[in-house]
Amino acid sequence: MDYVIIGNSAAGIGAVEGIRRVDREGKITIISDEEYSAYSRPLISYYLADKVTQEEMKYRPDEFYNQNNVDAKLGIKVTEVNEDDKKVLLEDDEEVTYDKLLVATGGAPFIPEMKGVNKENISNFIKLDDAKAIASDIKESEAEEVVILGAGLIGLKAAEALIKKGLKVTVVELADRVLSAILDKEAADLVQEHLEEAGINFILEDTIIEFLGDEKVTGVKLKSGQELDCDLAVVAVGVKPNVSIVKGTNVEVNRGLVVNDKLETNIDDIYAAGDVSEGYDMLHEMAGVIPIWPNAYNQGLVAGQNMAGSNESYREGFARNAIGFFDLSMITAGIINPATDEYEVLIDKVEEDKVYKKIVLKDGKIVGFIYLNDVDRAGILTGLIKEQKGVEDIKNQLLADDFGYIDFDKEWRTQKLAE
Amino acid sequence: MSLNYNNPEFVIERDQDKCIECRVCARQCANEAHFYDEDLERMREEDINCVNCHRCVTLCPTNALVIKEYPLEYKKNSNWTGGMISNIQKQANTGGILLTGMGNPTDKKIYWDHILLNASQVTNPSIDPLREPMELKTILGRKPDKVEFDEEGKVKDLPPQLELETPIMFGAMSFGSISINACKSLAQAANEMGMMYNTGEGGLHEDLYPYKDRTIVQVASGRFGVHQEYLNAGAAIEIKIGQGAKPGIGGHLPGEKVGEEVSKTRMIPKGTDAISPAPHHDIYSIEDLRQLIYALKEATNYEKPVSVKIAAVHNVAAIASGIASAGADIIAIDGYRGGTGAAPTMIRDNVGIPIELALAAVDSRLREQSLRNKVSLVVSGSIRNSADIVKAVALGADAVYVASAALIALGCHMCQKCYTGKCNWGIATQNPELVKRLNPEIGVERVKNLIEGWSHEIKEILGGMGINALESLRGNRLMLRGIDLTEKELEILGIKHAGE
Amino acid sequence: MKKVYAREEYCLGCKLCEVYCVTNHSQSKDIIKAYKLEEVTSRIIVETKGAVSFALQCRHCEGSPCVKACITGAMQKDEETGIVDYDEDKCVGCWTCIMACPFGAVKRDEFGNKVISKCDLCAEEGEPACVENCPNAALIFEDREVEEVC
Repeated sequence: MDYVIIGNSAAGIGAVEGIRRVDREGKITIISDEEYSAYSRPLISYYLADKVTQEEMKYRPDEFYNQNNVDAKLGIKVTEVNEDDKKVLLEDDEEVTYDKLLVATGGAPFIPEMKGVNKENISNFIKLDDAKAIASDIKESEAEEVVILGAGLIGLKAAEALIKKGLKVTVVELADRVLSAILDKEAADLVQEHLEEAGINFILEDTIIEFLGDEKVTGVKLKSGQELDCDLAVVAVGVKPNVSIVKGTNVEVNRGLVVNDKLETNIDDIYAAGDVSEGYDMLHEMAGVIPIWPNAYNQGLVAGQNMAGSNESYREGFARNAIGFFDLSMITAGIINPATDEYEVLIDKVEEDKVYKKIVLKDGKIVGFIYLNDVDRAGILTGLIKEQKGVEDIKNQLLADDFGYIDFDKEWRTQKLAE
Repeated sequence: MSLNYNNPEFVIERDQDKCIECRVCARQCANEAHFYDEDLERMREEDINCVNCHRCVTLCPTNALVIKEYPLEYKKNSNWTGGMISNIQKQANTGGILLTGMGNPTDKKIYWDHILLNASQVTNPSIDPLREPMELKTILGRKPDKVEFDEEGKVKDLPPQLELETPIMFGAMSFGSISINACKSLAQAANEMGMMYNTGEGGLHEDLYPYKDRTIVQVASGRFGVHQEYLNAGAAIEIKIGQGAKPGIGGHLPGEKVGEEVSKTRMIPKGTDAISPAPHHDIYSIEDLRQLIYALKEATNYEKPVSVKIAAVHNVAAIASGIASAGADIIAIDGYRGGTGAAPTMIRDNVGIPIELALAAVDSRLREQSLRNKVSLVVSGSIRNSADIVKAVALGADAVYVASAALIALGCHMCQKCYTGKCNWGIATQNPELVKRLNPEIGVERVKNLIEGWSHEIKEILGGMGINALESLRGNRLMLRGIDLTEKELEILGIKHAGE
Repeated sequence: MKKVYAREEYCLGCKLCEVYCVTNHSQSKDIIKAYKLEEVTSRIIVETKGAVSFALQCRHCEGSPCVKACITGAMQKDEETGIVDYDEDKCVGCWTCIMACPFGAVKRDEFGNKVISKCDLCAEEGEPACVENCPNAALIFEDREVEEVC
């Protein structure tokens, strides 16, 4: 059995480990346009801030590929997938045939139409090469001021790293708050305040319409007319599934590659996992792209097992994030901004400690939460979401500082803890 | 509130160099004698709350704690001692009876310590119990006047008997006065060691039914938890007339200790005081007692020996003789140092007589009246070690009840605060938070170890005397000598003075 | 695999398990030095409410959501021993494992270091320190092949 995996990050590695759980023999080929052995993408901001070295970013030890008998073709692009002949074509014209193919190409930065966006010293912030590019731009241009477009996870991690590098940082965001995908307004305000205390300037409800300068960027012009000087810019508006590789095939693409619970696309023997895929979102009860690391790994693992002949399902997809900025940690998951009144919301806030806890319930079950600055034991809630366990009877305890297994009925608790 | 004139009894000394502020002491003290001071960032003590139960000292992982008697000196006075004065202060505060727990701690003469045991030298050689069989088996119950055998070789018309592997039983302690985990520990240990334990007046909790063959079920003046099934569940029935720690008075289990389980077991409403009257209201004479004894025998088809437990009081010999005549199979006599979960201090410390004298007097009287074979004698209050047991047997006892010693094995440190319900060792309490501190799995092992150790020692002592069966020592007062005793004391004990 | 199981009916809530966990995971292995000179976070959580208490630590579970969620590869499940443990040098304190652990058994370092702390079953020794030192045998270390509900 020949397995080909396109993509060498969480989903790709998960797939290798999944395949090897079932099939120790089959040939695995991993192809990635990045030249590095698998590394942790979330660590690129740590790398930029000189908190970790490239060596320390390795997601798996060097011997991983050998131990798992993987042929890693790194630093080379796949140019075409041929579903009929079951082969992929590489940019050096090599052909690799497959029995089972996994597309795990992740996300690609979304770059809106903006004048001058191709000038030098304008970067994305998704891959290690982006971090390296920014680091070298700073060095070469002796950059002092940066404008970041986008106050999402990526934009703010870039902002944090660049503050730590000593730059003056301004973040421009179209929405009315930071981290709008994972926080509500109240939490976002607390986070923004914290980030401002750390030195980040924010311009909300505005966006860049033009990058100024000749070759190198020297400033930006905002929609509001305001102009800002800068010698570096980061575009972090968002990420979209990196689906370009299946162009010319019959693989169904909606926002991402559409997959079923077994991570199969509509085409036989082609699977997709991770940020490129559009699987099942258990909380929204519909298909959705959930571009987060644990989801990618899990999908990869399940896809790998199924490629090797197992019959596993993955229906536990929902958004969840653990992130922190300047020692302010937050863990959020699921639905945190319920739109309708069929949801119940529990809130606890201690403003002076920047502590904010919000739990969203539907039909007596937890469907989302925000834990800000007090993240201990948040996983219990994640677990409850996954299990869809009714919590109506312990609702009043959920937000307590000492909330824990002790609040569950004894039978359930002892059964869980006896596992 | 006016000033409380009492001073702390104890002082807690904490070595701050050793203290790691882990707060185990604070969590373990039900009396709240330890607390963490957030401002000073260190542990502190509330000495007046300390009862010196040693829970904190035992659990402190760095041995940072020492508890001492509060070093406050009263002006020297042999009459008005510090204890007397502080008792008066307590009563002046509350107007109540002074309450206490466990046995009489006063320094009145302990006769066990004035009796010495014999050993063989040269003639009648001693026996090594590790090499030769040594019999401790003890059979309690009425024995026929003469032994006749039937065709199968069995003794004819033998009344019901209790068979013990060692002459030790666990004395009556009710579920209520002690926790279910303490009850379980004793019941299971009795079961595994071939002994008996005694329910006290607490009824038989359903968790203890598996050990029923090793259970003596008690019928006391409150008749709590007594029903047909209960009587038939036990291997024997004991009518409790009196208790050494509080002869002449009843019992009182406060309503706060009567939780769900105690209420079910005792068959009384939850939260109500369980009051055992001072007398049995149907017993005003030996004849009345006889009626109850036979009522119980009738209820159990004459298959269970019936014991009658009394406190050792002045006329104990005459009373015992009456009980034997009334048809009891066993007489249990509880001396004035016997333990209790709660008793008025004045009664405990001043009423009753020492078990050693009571035992000797009863054994002598029953022999004189040719009643000795009609009853077995079980003594208690207090048996502190294996030598006490050997002395008791030589004075005429068939077996002993131990209770305080068993509780000490379970963790009791003799703070004597059983009546507060805050036993930090999980023994004399019904507070679920405290009860779980006594893991019966551990309790069983500790109690078994104690009994095993004592049984070994008894064998060693017997071997030293050249005796290979405990039966041969029963009432053999020649094996005893007195020391520092008056002629009268020797006469009552029926023993010679050392050197004679 | 052998795991630590709590028997809440015997848990005193004394937290000596934490004390011995800290000591065993200290450099000095000396209880007083561990507390007075070092910064060691206990890897156990003792939950207490009213009369109920129990110690809870990593269940070293089969699915190991923490391992799957770990962004750095620091958290790994040893295939042979079954122990889920983390590489302190690789952990960056992103708390993704805290997000993932359904038992809430992964803790943040209590001294502000950006690193997690969780039970490793005292990997090097025989019986975990918490089990060995529980004064009431409320923690047991055993292999339960059949799922047991106490």
